[in-house]
Amino acid sequence: MAVCIAVIAKENYPLYIRSVPTQNELKFHYTVHTSLDVVEEKISAVGKALGDQRELYLGLLYPTEDYKVYGYVTNSKVKFVIVVDSSNTSLRDNEIRSMFRKLHNSFTDVMCNPFHNPGDTIQSKAFDGIVSGMMVQTA
Amino acid sequence: MAGSQWELPPELCCRPMAFVALTGLDVVYNAVHRAIWDAFCANRRADRVPISFKVLPGDHEYPKCRTKRTSYEWYIPKGILKTGWMNKHLNLVPALVVLFYELDWDDPQWKEKQSECATKVEIVRTSLQGRNTKVAVVLIQKKTPLPPGEDLVASERAQALCHSCDLSGKSLFVLPHTDHLVGYIIRLENAFYEHAQTYYYTEIRRVKSHKEFLNKTTHQLLFVRHQFKIAFFSELKQDTQNALKYYRTAYSLVHELRAHETNMLEIKTMAGFINYKICRLCFQHNTPLDAIAQFRKHIDLCKKKIGSAELAFEHSAWMSKQFQSFGELFDEAIKLGLTAIQTQNPGFYYQQAACYSQDRKQLALQLCQVMAGASYPSPDPLDTQGAGLDFYGQRPWRQGQQSMLADTDMEYTTLLASSTVLMELIIALLSNAVAQFKKYKCPRMKSHLMVQMGEEYYHAKDYTKALKLLDYVMCDYRTERWWGLLTAILTTALRCAYLMASIKDYVIYCMELLGRASTLKEEQKSRIEKNLIKVLTNEVPDAEPECDPSSVSAARSLWNDRMALAGSNELTIEVQDYIPFIQCKAKFQSPSFHVDQPVQLQVFLRADCPHPVSFGKLAVSLSNQVRYNQWCVAEWSGQEAMSLLPGKTTCYNFSFVAKTEDVGKKIEMTGIEVMLGGDSGRCVFVSWRGAGGDAASAHEALQASRCSRRWGRNIEARQELDWDSLTMQHSTMIISRVPKISVQLSHQPPALTNEMYCIKLTVQSQEEAMAKDVKLTAGLKPGQDANLGQTTHVTLDGSKVCDDSAPSLLPDVPLGELKPGEKLEKCVYVKCVSTGPRVFLFHVAYSIDTTVEGRQIMCKCHKDETVTIETLVPFEVSVKFVSTKFEPLDRVSVDIPFLLMTDILSSSPWPLLLTSSSLQLLTVTSNTPQLQSQLQEVVLQTGECASECFCLRCPPQTNINNTVATGQYLLSWRRYVHVNGVSLPHVVLEMVPLYIHADLPSFGRVRESLPVRYHIENRTALVQEVEMAVEPSDAFMFSGLKQVRLRILPSSEQEMLYNYYPLMAGYQTLPQLNISLPRCPTFSTQALKRFLPQRIFVKPQGRQLDDASIAAA
Repeated sequence: MAVCIAVIAKENYPLYIRSVPTQNELKFHYTVHTSLDVVEEKISAVGKALGDQRELYLGLLYPTEDYKVYGYVTNSKVKFVIVVDSSNTSLRDNEIRSMFRKLHNSFTDVMCNPFHNPGDTIQSKAFDGIVSGMMVQTA
Repeated sequence: MAGSQWELPPELCCRPMAFVALTGLDVVYNAVHRAIWDAFCANRRADRVPISFKVLPGDHEYPKCRTKRTSYEWYIPKGILKTGWMNKHLNLVPALVVLFYELDWDDPQWKEKQSECATKVEIVRTSLQGRNTKVAVVLIQKKTPLPPGEDLVASERAQALCHSCDLSGKSLFVLPHTDHLVGYIIRLENAFYEHAQTYYYTEIRRVKSHKEFLNKTTHQLLFVRHQFKIAFFSELKQDTQNALKYYRTAYSLVHELRAHETNMLEIKTMAGFINYKICRLCFQHNTPLDAIAQFRKHIDLCKKKIGSAELAFEHSAWMSKQFQSFGELFDEAIKLGLTAIQTQNPGFYYQQAACYSQDRKQLALQLCQVMAGASYPSPDPLDTQGAGLDFYGQRPWRQGQQSMLADTDMEYTTLLASSTVLMELIIALLSNAVAQFKKYKCPRMKSHLMVQMGEEYYHAKDYTKALKLLDYVMCDYRTERWWGLLTAILTTALRCAYLMASIKDYVIYCMELLGRASTLKEEQKSRIEKNLIKVLTNEVPDAEPECDPSSVSAARSLWNDRMALAGSNELTIEVQDYIPFIQCKAKFQSPSFHVDQPVQLQVFLRADCPHPVSFGKLAVSLSNQVRYNQWCVAEWSGQEAMSLLPGKTTCYNFSFVAKTEDVGKKIEMTGIEVMLGGDSGRCVFVSWRGAGGDAASAHEALQASRCSRRWGRNIEARQELDWDSLTMQHSTMIISRVPKISVQLSHQPPALTNEMYCIKLTVQSQEEAMAKDVKLTAGLKPGQDANLGQTTHVTLDGSKVCDDSAPSLLPDVPLGELKPGEKLEKCVYVKCVSTGPRVFLFHVAYSIDTTVEGRQIMCKCHKDETVTIETLVPFEVSVKFVSTKFEPLDRVSVDIPFLLMTDILSSSPWPLLLTSSSLQLLTVTSNTPQLQSQLQEVVLQTGECASECFCLRCPPQTNINNTVATGQYLLSWRRYVHVNGVSLPHVVLEMVPLYIHADLPSFGRVRESLPVRYHIENRTALVQEVEMAVEPSDAFMFSGLKQVRLRILPSSEQEMLYNYYPLMAGYQTLPQLNISLPRCPTFSTQALKRFLPQRIFVKPQGRQLDDASIAAA
């Protein structure tokens, strides 16, 4: 389960970012922000090669000592970042993928809301609920 | 001191090379020996064998070899690896000792020298007692040796020498001191290298042989030691593949050791060493992935081996060092050609090293607080380090003890001392990482590390450097809109600025922390705003929370000094690139203003801070128009200072009248300034460039526009101004007054080439005042094809054809003045020499006096008209020469008359009038005395052709070899302007002898008299006798002559009067009048009837008032 989940706009500013409350929130912000370097690099590399036949899931972005950072980019260049604790070895790549898919679906629902202005931060309760379900449950 | 304890020993980090000692060389006083030594050590490139040479005296004492143990049964090892071991084999115990000796084969004192050499060899052998080190002898000879086998003396003496020195033939070398020294040396070197390899091979065998004596319980440490030694010898032997294998074994053995708190450090140290060697060799073998995998394994295995909790800081230090040295290895490999990638580069290891160092500092500081009472032990136990440790990774106060004894508090304190001040180490690691991430395109990672560096400087109280770094990266986070991170950085920066008492920085950070980008809580914002107000009123602000108390008191006194200082009370802050707490947007009401309108601009201000903020002055400065700035200043003094309420937008209007000189120029806002504070304290000028806006407003405007597209109707309905959708208009154009005149053109296109084409211009004034100084610029519009300029001529004089000197554009033709309503006409003539379309411009300019807001200004107005005119060829002329019999001629005979025929084919849409034509002859002469134009006044319609014929003769004296020019044919023509008439049809004429016409009213009325008068005229020259009769009619009664015969004199007229009395209403046929001329029987009445009216309309009888029927009704 994730320790931090973030949605980043096309222009690379955060639309939504949530981390487990027990740990230093700022650290996760930095982790997500720095992971964008890798995301950008991957997007630009893929963009040249394949055009629209792009895999949305970017896989493991980079490992730090304590966390694994996974990335996912929608076709509209909105990025999803999931940070997982390194010690959590039970999590498979497939599970990460399905988390991203769930996140993407919920994000699409948010975008379909006619009262939501694309580019604004996400304040949807439904989205919040989905994210909470994916986070590490703290007692 | 900080890191020294953790540095890897240099002998571990170097590349092991076979050690060969050279003796018997006097490199100081003997030039030959010096040259030999230089040849050995100079220029050691990669292609030469890896040997490290050292010159030693012949009687050098080599380290003593300890007596070999025959049994390990009772031996308990005290540590894993002795600290001196690696150095011993790298630099002290040679693999080969080479004795240099000057001896020629034909030396006269051969015997003596031979025995001296043998003695020297013996001395070396003695000092190497017990070692397997080889000995070799090199004879330095002055003569070039003969090829082998030829010099019998030499081979014999060589054998003798080998025998006396107890050397094998392979260990005796000859070095002729001749021209090819380097070549000989390289051959020698290779031979030495082989000997060295044999030596190391035997050493490996020796160490391996110990293995059978060891048992697993007591000699665990020795297993590691031996594997390490074998690996190290393999490396010396340059057998890196095997070395790697043995190191790997050693590594797994190290982790099998029983670990407890006291030997944890030793195990980790050794594991670190071996890991270092493995990674190094992997990189050397160009298998970087193996190196990384090994390192990851190493870290995963060792991460948890913290030892006692109090020593966690030491573990962090060790971890940091592991990452750092791996980073360095990686970096080195990259320098040697390895390619790294974004997600796998040395930067990550440096970063992690820095991270562990920070942990180390944290842990050490925590421990310091716990052990505040303990003092540093007074004979410094770490001083023994100078004397050296016996084994790597052991405590100076517990060497060689493998017993279970825990470290005491005293010992912790000793270790701690070095761990609290690590700033330099951390900064160095971070800046290494920054350099790497910069290289591998990780700008955000770089920024993050710079923030960490800044924070490190902050903790180390180097606030200037901290601010510099933080300030540098802040803008990256601002442009990326990561407000949470920006706020965190700003908070640190604000603390730095406070502790430095840097007023300007303090104010800037306060402003941004109060702004809308800050994620601080309301109460914190409130505290910051209060502090800001304090600074503005020249008071000392309250300390930032979480600052070190001792620094705070120092800062307070700094602030007091600052406040006491007079002067420098004014501060200008450019906020364009920040996100300040006052937002500003300004706009001109329109993108352009006519010069006779006042220019209007609005400034909107809005505060985002929690409390109202007041300001004393608002000024807009405009581009290079210093004269307008005075109109755009609003100032409030003292108590009535303007106050901005949180979250409310306030609008300020300014207006001014533009100067007429600025027509056609742009007026731009160059800046807006708001003055905070006032005369009493400090003045802070918050200034925006251009029309306001800040680092975040562009994006907000974009979002707002997306929003308003969807909710457009709502916005209109809302009363309050929507801040985000306010657009800025930073410049306006001053344009000339709208002209109130009409300019009309009348002309008849298309134009014909070479024609004086007339365009009539009508200017009518609709102004209410007198238009003065009216000027016309007419002609070809500039900016078209350059050729057109040369083929178009414009003139005002249409009386004659203008020549080529006439310009294509007539500038500023004065037309005088125009009174209100007055009309002016002007003809402009255009001559186009070539065909094609042209755009003509007619520009009428004038000036007029007008008043704007009570000020009299003189405006210049102008009106432009353009027209595109096509030019066509009017006609084509073809000329041919024919003989007098109209046969075509291809050459003309001299002195024989011939004919010149010209055909003019009109292609003009207008009829052409050929005014005249003439020939201007050069060589030939006319055959007819007077050449008369045959085409004079001929009008050619479209498609018509006119021809002309001239009889010419070539004079006899002409040079017949040449073709000759005949001359020119001149044709003058113009448009034929004719009065347009329609030809009428022909009629058949006849002579009428008699003409009759009647005078009668237009209508009659029933039962009312209707007088009709007939006039009969005689149109002949004879007297005419006329018989007339009136036939009765049912519709009329009448009085008058019913039948009569009368005579009418020539050209005279007879009048007949009848009184008709209509009886019926409606169209009625008049009584028929029959006329006959008895003298002229051909004349019929029918001819006359044409002249007479046939019918008349009779109205019914009008009703009388006293009519009985009406009375009855």
